[in-house]
Amino acid sequence: MKESRLRRLWKYRALLLLALPGFLLLLVNNYFPMFGIFLAFKDFNYAKGIFGSEWNGFDNFKFLFATNDIWLIVAHTILYNLVFLVVNTTLAVLLALLMNEVKNRLFAKFYQSALILPNFISMVVVAYLVFGFLNPDLGFINKSILEPLGYPTISWYMSPKYWPYILAFVNIWKSVGFGSVIYLATIIGIDKEYYEAAMLDGAGKWKQMTRITLPFLVPVIVILTLLSIGHIFNADFGLFYQVTLNAGMLKSTTEVIDTYVYNALLVSGDSNLASSAGLLQSVVGFVLVVTVNAVVKKISSDKALF
Amino acid sequence: MKSENRTHPVIHLFFILASLVCIIPFWLILMISFSSQNSLTKNGYSFWPAEFDFAAYRYLIHDAEPILRAFGVSILVTAIGTVVSLFLTSALAFSLSRKEFPLRRFMNFYVLLTMLFGGGLLPWYLVYTKVLHFQNSLLALIVPGLLGGFNVFVMRTYFTTSIPPSLMDSAQIDGASEYRTYFSIILPLSLPVLATIGLFSIVGYWNDWFTSLVFINNDKLYNLQYFLYNTLMNAQYLQSIADKAHIDAASSPLQPLEELRMAMAIIAVAPIALVFPFLQKYFVKGLTIGAVKG
Repeated sequence: MKESRLRRLWKYRALLLLALPGFLLLLVNNYFPMFGIFLAFKDFNYAKGIFGSEWNGFDNFKFLFATNDIWLIVAHTILYNLVFLVVNTTLAVLLALLMNEVKNRLFAKFYQSALILPNFISMVVVAYLVFGFLNPDLGFINKSILEPLGYPTISWYMSPKYWPYILAFVNIWKSVGFGSVIYLATIIGIDKEYYEAAMLDGAGKWKQMTRITLPFLVPVIVILTLLSIGHIFNADFGLFYQVTLNAGMLKSTTEVIDTYVYNALLVSGDSNLASSAGLLQSVVGFVLVVTVNAVVKKISSDKALF
Repeated sequence: MKSENRTHPVIHLFFILASLVCIIPFWLILMISFSSQNSLTKNGYSFWPAEFDFAAYRYLIHDAEPILRAFGVSILVTAIGTVVSLFLTSALAFSLSRKEFPLRRFMNFYVLLTMLFGGGLLPWYLVYTKVLHFQNSLLALIVPGLLGGFNVFVMRTYFTTSIPPSLMDSAQIDGASEYRTYFSIILPLSLPVLATIGLFSIVGYWNDWFTSLVFINNDKLYNLQYFLYNTLMNAQYLQSIADKAHIDAASSPLQPLEELRMAMAIIAVAPIALVFPFLQKYFVKGLTIGAVKG
């Protein structure tokens, strides 16, 4: 038995060899760091390394939760993601429905190109674009809108209260067009006969949209929504770090887990805080993804991720 | 029935406005980069400068070396990263797509788990710096982006669904080795999915600034995005080229710092903006391939 198994492996050594580089890369990039989760339970010391550092049980977590900030940060992460999810999905579906009504291919192509373009730009460049509007001294909004209208100018990068709206807007601006492509693909895939039959029965545009198109979209919306919920503990680091220019003044409304971990680790050098917050994020993320997958499987078994 | 072929004008109006919202920020940056220092101090950033001036670009050309170097790093990393990434991803996906592959179940799970659970930033950072010692090397910019589980699964799905099994069978009966099957049958027949994943990879590497932020502190190895990020965060580089150009050329007493900043952003966007119209259809196709099995 064992013999034949080995022989089978040997017979397919070519496939084994083709899979090997990928295997090794994932080992280094993804699996080695997984062992690092011990760090969350150690008093990490760079000089002593992962294995040489002292264990200190749950002290890192106690310390993490003793800082009042952590609850606010967790709340930010979840709330931002929820808002992004609801607004993005609604707008993406709406865009796809409307795009399907644009019959002229040339126009459709132009609109789609324009709407997808922001998705291809790095967050660094997005930060420049936002800065163009919000630069306190020269920015378009202060200099060309507020000042001429006689309103006092706003120090945007020192005024946390505006940022939930700004970040939501930027997120939508960057991702909605791309998101609508999936819905549009689904709509295009719907059998035309449904519409022909509906028209014969005298159904107008609105009826066709609500009775045929939307029902076809619902399963896709459900799956994509559930998948996003699995990542609700992971914020878009680029958005929260670059677009806010990592401004300390804004943290009361813009700090999320990802920026917190980054700053704890590479700015203040507090690796204990970074590792416990990081582990929290990994574990909650894992539990959410697995749970959500189970839910998806219940609803429609072939749509599940695994 | 006739009205079916007509688009309602309100829909056109909506899309024209939405398109403008998407494009206008780029226009603003472009116009700032063309503004004269005078009109900037007087009117701030505006969509149509009172005075046009190309000083920013003259200054950039004058001290082009750092930005050219950053460009070079980005191009090199993108080119190597994309080619290697396509090879690794397709080779792994090919093995996973073969029912005969003895470790198929294990490897599927092995790839899947990386999509579900990660060690977090700190352990990942330590592996690259303490174990591999990749900090301040181009490897730190290339290796992290090489292989994504999602891409492997997209390719595997493509191989199993879009390549006729009979073709592979007949090749194997004719005595083609696995390597031969992979290189002469699978890869040539998989151009659509290779193009899609390749383009995702190109954009990913070109837009990457995070690995540079975390691993690189040698300014000769900065990639373009990180260079840009640095310039936005602190104006030191701008000041230095403005000073130098001023001493050499003694042109304007005013230093075009703001225009310079925005001119650099334009230079970074330009390549993507230029190739974008050609890439777009692949991306749309790629998204729909991905959507089949999200």
